[in-house]
Amino acid sequence: MKRMLKLEGLDCADCAAKLENRIKALDGVVNAGINFITLKCSVEALDKDMEDVLEKVVKLINAEHPEIKVKRA
Amino acid sequence: MNENQKKMLGNIIISAVLFIAALIMKKMSYIYKDGELHILTGFYMALFAASYIVVGFPVLKKAFYNIRKGRVFDENFLMGVATIGAFGLREFAEGVAVMLFYTVGEFFQSMAVNKSRKAINELMDIRPDSANLKSDDGSVRTVDPYDVNIGDIIVVKPGERIPLDGQVIKGESMLDTSALTGEPVLRRASSGDNVLSGSINTDGVIDIEVTKEFSDSTASRILDMVENAASKKSASENFITKFAVVYTPLVVGAALIIAILFPLFDPGHNFLLWLSRALTFLVVSCPCALVISIPLSFFGGVGASSRLGVLVKGSNYLEALAKTEIAVFDKTGTLTEGVFEVTEIIPDEKSGILDEKGLLETAAYAEYYSSHPIALSIKKAYIRYRHENGLDESIDETRLSDIKEISGRGLNVKLDKKNVLVGNAGLMKKYSIFEKEPDTQPGTVYVAVDGQYGGCIVISDRIKKDSPYAVSELKKLGIKHTVMLTGDGINTAKSVGEEIGIDEVHAGLLPGDKLDRLEELLEKKQKDKNLVFVGDGINDAPVLARADIGIAMGGLGSDAAIEAADIVIMTDEPSKLAVGIRLARRTIKIANQNIVMALGIKILVLILAVFGIANMWWAVFADVGVTVLAIFNSMRNLNIKSYCQD
Repeated sequence: MKRMLKLEGLDCADCAAKLENRIKALDGVVNAGINFITLKCSVEALDKDMEDVLEKVVKLINAEHPEIKVKRA
Repeated sequence: MNENQKKMLGNIIISAVLFIAALIMKKMSYIYKDGELHILTGFYMALFAASYIVVGFPVLKKAFYNIRKGRVFDENFLMGVATIGAFGLREFAEGVAVMLFYTVGEFFQSMAVNKSRKAINELMDIRPDSANLKSDDGSVRTVDPYDVNIGDIIVVKPGERIPLDGQVIKGESMLDTSALTGEPVLRRASSGDNVLSGSINTDGVIDIEVTKEFSDSTASRILDMVENAASKKSASENFITKFAVVYTPLVVGAALIIAILFPLFDPGHNFLLWLSRALTFLVVSCPCALVISIPLSFFGGVGASSRLGVLVKGSNYLEALAKTEIAVFDKTGTLTEGVFEVTEIIPDEKSGILDEKGLLETAAYAEYYSSHPIALSIKKAYIRYRHENGLDESIDETRLSDIKEISGRGLNVKLDKKNVLVGNAGLMKKYSIFEKEPDTQPGTVYVAVDGQYGGCIVISDRIKKDSPYAVSELKKLGIKHTVMLTGDGINTAKSVGEEIGIDEVHAGLLPGDKLDRLEELLEKKQKDKNLVFVGDGINDAPVLARADIGIAMGGLGSDAAIEAADIVIMTDEPSKLAVGIRLARRTIKIANQNIVMALGIKILVLILAVFGIANMWWAVFADVGVTVLAIFNSMRNLNIKSYCQD
């Protein structure tokens, strides 16, 4: 399944690309993508892993970029 | 302007004032050089420091943070090194100015990004975020459209967008569906009509019974598709992503070589000179211009084409579309209406046994139990004839008996005890009605009664008005090879092909043959060019999948078509293919312009910096200035009004 996150305050395209790769490398993430223009981050994972994966993703973003506010969209 | 930008602007103004004050003091300190005003030197140094800290602190803070995370090749860090390095070379004014100018550039960049985000949002603003839910007692309240269920009644007032797909149950109005189809035409919708979310209600109030949940409704699906398109990256985007990874280390490496190795070979061994040139390199080390503008061009292209009625499911498909060489069309339902109609009724004058009415009646009765599209069209024509003449529309089945189907040829029935044959020319020959097959179109049904020929009915599939235009538009775009595939006989197919202007016609194909023909065509095309197949998406899924780009027509409401295709044309106009190709080409052009401009300016500044011609000011322009220019260039792609002129 797929979930969307909104990354408010994401203001650097270069970091967005790097962040995308970091998220993709997380355990349990099947696929992920960050759209710098719509500020949306899509995360794909198996249904049973979804909640855990989302938690990990949010944690990663918070740690790497404290200026970004992550919201569930 | 958001909080962040306001803060940035504030910092810029304060820093600029301090910087100008420092410059004035510096000039004065020269005038009074030997005088008593030595104190001015200390004073302007303090002002420079203050000016630097105001704009530099946020940058240095980010740099420090990133280094702790192990990100050395970070723009902020490199900018910090470059400016502090300038201080080390006692070029105080330049160090401050570079940081100030860089922040100004970042500010403009942030504004430009915001502006393009806003433009994209406007383009994508086809889905309302509220719905007027009508309860059983007739009262209406505004709710979140996610909370509306199938079967609920919603009210849409004039000027509002329809939030969920449904069926009109009360009222009548003209709907503007241009956001979905790209056509500026109004459609009337009244009780019983299905309406799609994203359309604008222009005049009357209508009540709609919801048939799809919000997330499954057309507007949501279009938005999902456009947003997901960005995840299927084009080759240009992939190139930029890979390039970005090596670019910064490469430029920083070059800077190190210039700072350390060049002075060794320089007769004067001027370390400071080469250090200052190396620092200029660091300022140009961010690939930001490309990383932002290329995806923006593609996303803009996908967004703009969706507003013109062409849904592209990935940036890669948009890119591929620009390189179309062969355009293959399915005939029925794509180039033609896909609706068979009786176009001529020709009784045989020699035998005179049937008149026009009798001929149609006989054929309609004989075909009564058949569900073949040709049979349906004859029955439809018969019912319309009776209706127009005020006659009872029902068919009296008791007149029929002994129905025999003659496979692939037609039918043999008893009607009012008479022996009736209805079918193609082969059937007539088999029963020796004709001595030889007449020279007519294959879509013709012949009728014989008690062994005597009674006449024929001509059935054909109307060509879409848009089809000849579609082919001529493709020719204008330089697509020389257009092909039509059909299961029809060669005569019909040829005449349809000629009327439309198509180059190559393959007729008499079974569904499996279509795939074989496509393979042959794929062999013929040039390697780096693409073959596009346009079909209705229902019967030709394997062909859609095999083509370089599979395009389904009339996608609105057809889930199967949307699933199978790479691109969905939302109206039933084949000419939208040309619209899509134009937009795709514009997108590629803009993306290439940005790549050439950004890389060109950066490389030029790097070369000039080696020779000491370009200083840090040039470098800041090559960094943030180019980014802003590239963003503005990309935004041209969002303009859907001007697409034809490119």
